[in-house]
Amino acid sequence: MSKSRINWYKYAAPVNFYPLAGKMLPWFSGLAIVLFAVGLYLSFFVAPVDFQQGHSYRIIFIHVPAAWMGMFLYVLLAIYAGIGWAFNARLGSMMATAIAPTGAIFTFISLVTGSLWGKPAWGVYWVWDARMTSTLILMFLYIGFISLQSSIDDTRRADRAGAVLALVGVINVPIIYFSVQWWNTLHQGATIRIANKPTMAPTMLAAMLVLTAACWIYSIAITLARVRCIILERESEAPWLAESAVSA
Amino acid sequence: MGGYGVYVWPSYAVTFVLLALEVLMIIKRKRAISNRADPGASELETSELETGLSH
Repeated sequence: MSKSRINWYKYAAPVNFYPLAGKMLPWFSGLAIVLFAVGLYLSFFVAPVDFQQGHSYRIIFIHVPAAWMGMFLYVLLAIYAGIGWAFNARLGSMMATAIAPTGAIFTFISLVTGSLWGKPAWGVYWVWDARMTSTLILMFLYIGFISLQSSIDDTRRADRAGAVLALVGVINVPIIYFSVQWWNTLHQGATIRIANKPTMAPTMLAAMLVLTAACWIYSIAITLARVRCIILERESEAPWLAESAVSA
Repeated sequence: MGGYGVYVWPSYAVTFVLLALEVLMIIKRKRAISNRADPGASELETSELETGLSH
């Protein structure tokens, strides 16, 4: 007698992913709230004043997580868009569409907070250095992705066009990351590296990492909520929705 | 904030306002979908939608 095989692709179908996302959503939402609360407490009440920058350095606790999220989410968006395109997997394309607005918001936050930190630290709100310029390009890539998909009526064509843009634009992410090493930039180099000991005080590092985790979990929660909306919108003609009690 | 409040507080304010707006927009989008599907229903979740397919 043969064993029943595990269907690893069960949740690649929107009809199965929809309820799974619904079950995960409250947990990720609650965890995000807790992490934000803990992170903000650490940022304002535990992390000490910087001897050089005073209290202005506290912007780091928002700026760095937002910048990291902007980059990570773009890579994730490109991966999902690529999967959706290569395997004709509708859910992959839906996930890419769901991630884009959140990534754009985090990138915008990193630009604004970076500007507000730049004034007290460097004396200027903006310079056209490598990191800032490439981050601005990332912002434009997000806006371009969202606009391109919105401008094409046919959903599958919109997904394919968006996938091309996402995959071409992903080269910008390593450019942002390595820009401080490759060019002479006003922006400081990496404080946290995988292979090296961080140069930040432990309490400051803890606050930053907790808020980074908060942004990650928030992004997962908001993407799950948004992809559920996208599934309902795109699959409205599908039998599993059309036959349900609430379909039109 | 040692004179840096004019930079620190707007940074945090912009962040949390934008994140809150994002959450509100999702809630609004969900309600619009519910209203389009069934104007009389207050919540879109049904047992059929939340169980998926068994295979």
